[in-house]
Amino acid sequence: MENLSRKQNPYNDGKVIDSCGLFGMMSLKGNTFSGEDAMTAIANMNIRGNGLGGGLAAYGIYPDRPDQYALHIMYENGRGREETEAFLKESFEIVFNEEVPHRDSATGVVNPPLVWRYFVNTLGSIKEEDQDDYVVEKVMFINTKIHDTFVFSSGKNMGVFKGVGFPENIGHYFCLEDYQGYLWTAHARFPTNTQAWWGGAHPFSILDWTVVHNGEISSYGTNKNFLEMYGYFCTMFTDTEVMAYAVDLLIRQHHLPIELMAKVLAAPLWSEIDRMPEDEKEVYTALRQVYAGLLLNGPFTVIIAHQGEMIGLGDRIRLRPLVAGLHKDMLYLSSEEAPMRLVCRDLEYSWIPKGGEPIIGRLETNEVIYQDKPVVVGMDKNANTSSA
Amino acid sequence: MLTHLLPEFKIIRDDERCIRCEVCVRQCGFDVHSYDAEEDMLYADENKCVGCQRCAVMCPTNALTIKPHDYEYRPNANWSKEHIRDLNKQAETGGVILTGSGNDKPYRIYWDHLVLNASQVTNPSIDPLREPMELRTYLGRKPDKVEFDNNQVKVDMPAQVMIETPIIFSALSYGAISYQAWKALLEAADEGGTLCNTGEGGWPHELRPGKTRVIAQCASGRFGVDLDYLNSASIVEIKIGQGAKPGIGGHLPGEKVSADVSRTRMIPEGTDAISPAPQHDIYSIEDLSMLIYALKEATHYEKPISVKISAVHNAPAIASGMVRAGADIIALDGLRGGTGAAPKIIRDNVGIPIELALAAVDQRLRNEGIRNQASILVAGGFRNSGDITKAIALGADAVYVGTAALVAMGCTLCQKCYTGICNWGICTQDPYLSKRLNPEIAKRRLVNLIRGWSLEIKEMLGGMGINALESLRGNRLHLRAIGLDQWELDVLGVRGAGD
Repeated sequence: MENLSRKQNPYNDGKVIDSCGLFGMMSLKGNTFSGEDAMTAIANMNIRGNGLGGGLAAYGIYPDRPDQYALHIMYENGRGREETEAFLKESFEIVFNEEVPHRDSATGVVNPPLVWRYFVNTLGSIKEEDQDDYVVEKVMFINTKIHDTFVFSSGKNMGVFKGVGFPENIGHYFCLEDYQGYLWTAHARFPTNTQAWWGGAHPFSILDWTVVHNGEISSYGTNKNFLEMYGYFCTMFTDTEVMAYAVDLLIRQHHLPIELMAKVLAAPLWSEIDRMPEDEKEVYTALRQVYAGLLLNGPFTVIIAHQGEMIGLGDRIRLRPLVAGLHKDMLYLSSEEAPMRLVCRDLEYSWIPKGGEPIIGRLETNEVIYQDKPVVVGMDKNANTSSA
Repeated sequence: MLTHLLPEFKIIRDDERCIRCEVCVRQCGFDVHSYDAEEDMLYADENKCVGCQRCAVMCPTNALTIKPHDYEYRPNANWSKEHIRDLNKQAETGGVILTGSGNDKPYRIYWDHLVLNASQVTNPSIDPLREPMELRTYLGRKPDKVEFDNNQVKVDMPAQVMIETPIIFSALSYGAISYQAWKALLEAADEGGTLCNTGEGGWPHELRPGKTRVIAQCASGRFGVDLDYLNSASIVEIKIGQGAKPGIGGHLPGEKVSADVSRTRMIPEGTDAISPAPQHDIYSIEDLSMLIYALKEATHYEKPISVKISAVHNAPAIASGMVRAGADIIALDGLRGGTGAAPKIIRDNVGIPIELALAAVDQRLRNEGIRNQASILVAGGFRNSGDITKAIALGADAVYVGTAALVAMGCTLCQKCYTGICNWGICTQDPYLSKRLNPEIAKRRLVNLIRGWSLEIKEMLGGMGINALESLRGNRLHLRAIGLDQWELDVLGVRGAGD
């Protein structure tokens, strides 16, 4: 998208304000299921969106092509597609490509663009450890330099489906009942700037990381300044973008574990740090000193996902809702409790996580990690992990 | 020679109220008031009055009114009373006109053209009476990342100094100000969880034990600088310049160098204490680097080193060089910064407003990706917590207040600091005058000021939906400007109100 900022921010506001409903569900054992439940759940929170943006992210949906980067790309016209495909041919080995299946008969979607998917390998000359950075660079080029084109997602064995409409309508349009994934996140958007476009809907994604976010962080300017020092340029004017870059910097560039990343974005209060044992105090003090510019201040709830992991996190004084639920091998994260119970009538347990405490579902170890030790029915009451 | 000067102030005494207690006579160090016992009358020599209001405040019956004199020359848009007065002074003496305090000229005060944001609907404001609200700030160089290796955070932080509120007492030297005033600042900094700056006059030995919330200045005269001085402090500051007198050194007249001042400054009693204009071992940026590292060696790399400059035209480039030379803190002192003594022509004409310098320096350091390598302290005429909050939003880590602290202790900005006479007992070494400043009461007034302003900053932060000061730092989206030209908006990096 050549003039991304004008498209995304038509009135040139200091930042784009929106508010949202979030839903995420994951099988900790990697069992796959269709997108129907995620669509049903997010539809139950229609009041949290206004039809000006909705979308879903799904993981494990391309088991036949697990090793290729799956690029979901939207074109507003044929010119964008020509330019992009020429660029892709130069930059990648395209193994397979096709239009993303959709229902022309679907209602409730507004001016759908052409959405195409490409399964690609990086060129042989690119070393394995540089492949992710290479893909990021090419995606950024398309998103900022090529006309009328935007990359929805670029990870392996995952994809983002989003657009203008309520999320269940978008899901219906993209036939998400036909996909089988082990982790789904969904987003209903309530932007307050009235012009919506398909690329501006959420989930926001780079590589296999996706972010769905609800909130309006008041630290946006500080966060943006900090990220710019590390070479991230915010072109979307949204909190979600800032959050995605912050996660990328902390996890991919600075190699912090997810648990500590959460403690940067929603830092413990100084009064809490003061009461910690010396070694912990030293760590958390250093994190706040160095990453003061990445503290996300003001209301937010976010569901971050990547291959094998789903993370829920709310701001440290809990100004936006987040509810977690457990049932057998399933972890649910949601803005509200009702949608979880709608798709899982006999939900074993649900609770409201503390502000700033991450809830992490992890495929590798089949466990959920949380630090606020809720009493979980049928599980060890003292454990701070639960195995599925 | 007959003086052509007219009095600056008019003294109106309500004779019906006056009870002849002679408080005014005793309180005025300039000998304005006198009592004639034979006539049972009080007289005033208006020519000597500096308008400090000490007599009016102390008068038990409110019999005194002191106000600017209303004499007028023929109206002239070019030649003000002040111009004619200054010119006459020089015609009569052939000297350089001295003054004290900060620039009082009507240069644009940008704080008065900036307004803050507040949350409405899309995110909530936060009530500091109900929710935690954090002002804690760490000063010092920050690394680019926290190293994480073998499942462990490797903490290897350069020296950091914590302040509980972003308000620090600016450099006010013992010698310029009285022992009582200096002690009050030291103790108020300790109690208020902040820092005070020694200024260039050293640090009396008996006031060192148990006190560490001090920035020890190392200025061009090196007065009072030794290992114990440097290592007793939390931060060491190299003073290159001062906002009130960029490019000018300092001169404490021998009359103010009492036995105590002499011991503290480590110079002979009664001799003039002259701070050269430049530091004579710093003629270039690499020289600065050598002094920075000499001080780091002397303090075992346990203390951040600050470098203070006056805000001048090339401040961004200079500041960038200072960070690269090893400075952990950049202190900028703007056009309206105060002084105990400066040539009036310098005070009123040299330097740039702190708002512009701050915005430009913060932006430059960010552009160069080195903003995290130094904290930014700013000074120069901060009048209230609104100014301070706006400074944080423009990119400051914390703010130096000098004039405001003096006013809290009693100063009324009469600008006669350079005379050695201060009726409020602040800027004087005359024991008769200085003993009237009770350090305990002065400390209480300073602590109250810090507390009141901190509470107000919390209210403003909460209004913006922010509960930690660091989330406002450099967050210029929370500022809007009113009545500024485009170039000013560009320098400040702030949008116009309504935009």
